[in-house]
Amino acid sequence: MLKIKDLTVNIGTKEILKGLNLNVKAGEIHAIMGPNGAGKSTLSHVLSGKSGYEVTGGSVTYNGKDLLEMPAEIRAREGVFLAFQYPVEIAGVTNVYLLKAALNAIRKHKGLSEVDAMDFLTLVKSKTKALDMDEKFLYRAVNEGFSGGEKKRNEILQMAMLEPQMCILDETDSGLDIDALRIVADGVNALRSENRAFIMVTHYQRLLDYIKPDFVHVLADGKIVKSGGAELALELEEKGYGWLEQA
Amino acid sequence: MSANNDEINNLLNQDYKQGFITDIQADTFPVGLNEEVIAKLSKVKNEPEFMLEYRLKAFRHWQTMPSPDWAQLKIEPIDYQEISYYSAPKSKDNGPKSLDEIDPEILEAYKKLGIPLAEQEQLAGIAVDAVFDSVSVATTFKSKLHEVGVIFCPISEAIREHSELIKQYLSSVVPVGDNFFAALNSAVFTDGSFVYIPKGVRCPMELSTYFRINASNTGQFERTLIIADEGSYVSYLEGCSAPQRDENQLHAAVVELVILKDAQIKYSTVQNWYPGDKEGKGGIYNFVTKRADCRGENSKVSWTQVETGSAITWKYPSCVLTGDNSVGEFYSVAVTNNLQQADTGTKMIHIGKNSTSTIISKGISAGRAQNTYRGLVKILKSAENARNHTQCDSLLVGDKCGAHTFPYVEVKQPTAQIEHEATTSKISEDQLFFCQQRGLSAEDAVSMIVNGFCKQVFKELPMEFAVEAQALLGLSLEGSVG
Ligand SMILES: Nc1ncnc2c1ncn2[C@@H]1O[C@H](COP(=O)(O)OP(=O)(O)OP(=O)(O)O)[C@@H](O)[C@H]1O
Ligand SMILES: [Mg+2]
Repeated sequence: MLKIKDLTVNIGTKEILKGLNLNVKAGEIHAIMGPNGAGKSTLSHVLSGKSGYEVTGGSVTYNGKDLLEMPAEIRAREGVFLAFQYPVEIAGVTNVYLLKAALNAIRKHKGLSEVDAMDFLTLVKSKTKALDMDEKFLYRAVNEGFSGGEKKRNEILQMAMLEPQMCILDETDSGLDIDALRIVADGVNALRSENRAFIMVTHYQRLLDYIKPDFVHVLADGKIVKSGGAELALELEEKGYGWLEQA
Repeated sequence: MSANNDEINNLLNQDYKQGFITDIQADTFPVGLNEEVIAKLSKVKNEPEFMLEYRLKAFRHWQTMPSPDWAQLKIEPIDYQEISYYSAPKSKDNGPKSLDEIDPEILEAYKKLGIPLAEQEQLAGIAVDAVFDSVSVATTFKSKLHEVGVIFCPISEAIREHSELIKQYLSSVVPVGDNFFAALNSAVFTDGSFVYIPKGVRCPMELSTYFRINASNTGQFERTLIIADEGSYVSYLEGCSAPQRDENQLHAAVVELVILKDAQIKYSTVQNWYPGDKEGKGGIYNFVTKRADCRGENSKVSWTQVETGSAITWKYPSCVLTGDNSVGEFYSVAVTNNLQQADTGTKMIHIGKNSTSTIISKGISAGRAQNTYRGLVKILKSAENARNHTQCDSLLVGDKCGAHTFPYVEVKQPTAQIEHEATTSKISEDQLFFCQQRGLSAEDAVSMIVNGFCKQVFKELPMEFAVEAQALLGLSLEGSVG
């Protein structure tokens, strides 16, 4: 589904990603771990089309197409979803309004008609409930005054509504309390399917106890320096990253 | 400067959709202004003697007045001798008697603007007075309104046929010498709408005037007078547009509202005059005096305005709260893009006891535009327990535009309560990227954020107008991101 080859990325004149390779197939869950400042969020942003990053080399293909050529909104409509590490607030725009606009933009891209208002409401209410969120959140401005954990949960609500193919979760577990972590993990597990893939950036084994990854990668200094199965995360938890950087 | 700011600028570069020119035969006065021109104007309009006197008095007063001080606005001096003061579509005699007599080109022009005048297509529930350049070309639903005693007609007709009401109320809210443009308007106004709602009548439909400037080198000086007699209610809508021309055109209107005891007027404007091109060439100069006098006890006025057009807008719809317990409200959205300049706001003059006023102003600037809010809340000694609440919010799109807020407060009565809130925010690149990441185009994202910002004002507009206002806002901000 997603093939990243020798990707190098600069911010200004500083090289952040230094030849990154990663293959993600449909149905797989990849966890990416790594020290602060290694380039994990940079990778998430470059994949989802944020401006301000200069791709200086390498390629990314998504379902056979050149992902880097696509404008951000087209990537989104084609099924690339980023759950942000720091979700933004949008005053005046209600959650429910944003969800409907986004869903319709994606449906339109797929050649589908606009979602029926009643169907939409039923759907959004059931997803809200599944994430144990109060319906009142739907009518509040996007993330405005939400607590850190509520914001993260809201990202997962958007993911559940938009049903993307390639889900990138940037530290969705940070800031969640223990119950919320379990609820969010249940939400992600419910979305697991043969034709959907996940890249989960995380610092903690805890998340991976709930969502079992197929692969774990260590991103350090702009490159994947080690890859393994779920057991690698346990090893990292025990030993930290130092032994890898020296290697 | 990053890519997203360029995007913002691209979105703003959207063309004006109402810029077409209608090709019709017109009677147009040569340019220039003097007492003879005014006499000729009064004659063409078949006015009674008192009107000519009124106009000449205003003209003489105007000549003694200095040009206004432009405050925040950058403006070229206007040569008043280079403007034609009258232009009317050619017709057999004094204005068309029925729709059949209206030039089909004009009907077509209004149809293009979404305002069908032909009988079978008229907008349900809205009576329309269509003003084309200097004259009213059609008023719909007149007879239906007549049944309940509502008078809704061109002001030129009211001057001839309801001269008692005109004598009593014209200039009773905005005196002839109130300001430079009010004096000029009083001297040369050509048409506009007149409304009288009798005692106790709730006007059965929305009344609406649509102003269209078509001829070149003409000024439009319309005059609107609305009188809500005791216990009556009316909702009135005003819309406007103009062709795209390279030279600036002047629009200097006066609107007077008189609200008697227990009566209410809701006045909504969606202003979309041609704003000029991206380099600031052409566009309408919109200098308008709008004022409401809440004369009676418990009277109420609400001004709601959505300003998206004009090269320069200079406008302060005001409320004089004379009656005890009277209420004045001002809800405004002003959008400026490219090189547009807007200097708008309101004045709330509290005279009556327990009078209350509310001001909600939303200014949006994009491109290199400047948006200024200027408001005055004045509480006179007599206005015991007067209250005002003011909220001014500014939203910046991109980083080359500006927003300025000047709230003035004068309080002579110690029991008064005044609250003021102001905020300035900016559509951030992170917000835009977030929306794009959810599948929305940058245009739709800006429009969604802006609409969210303006919601408090839009909900005050009548339904059809709110939809139009949202669409317009989208259009005038398209090209601000891409
Ligand atoms: N706009 C910017 N200008 C300069 N440097 C930047 C900018 N954005 C990110 N960086 C740098 O790029 C590097 C990678 O940042 P990134 O956010 O991708 O790290 P991360 O792996 O997500 O870290 P964390 O685990 O703390 O979230 C860091 O050194 C960071 O300081
Ligand atoms: Mg990060």
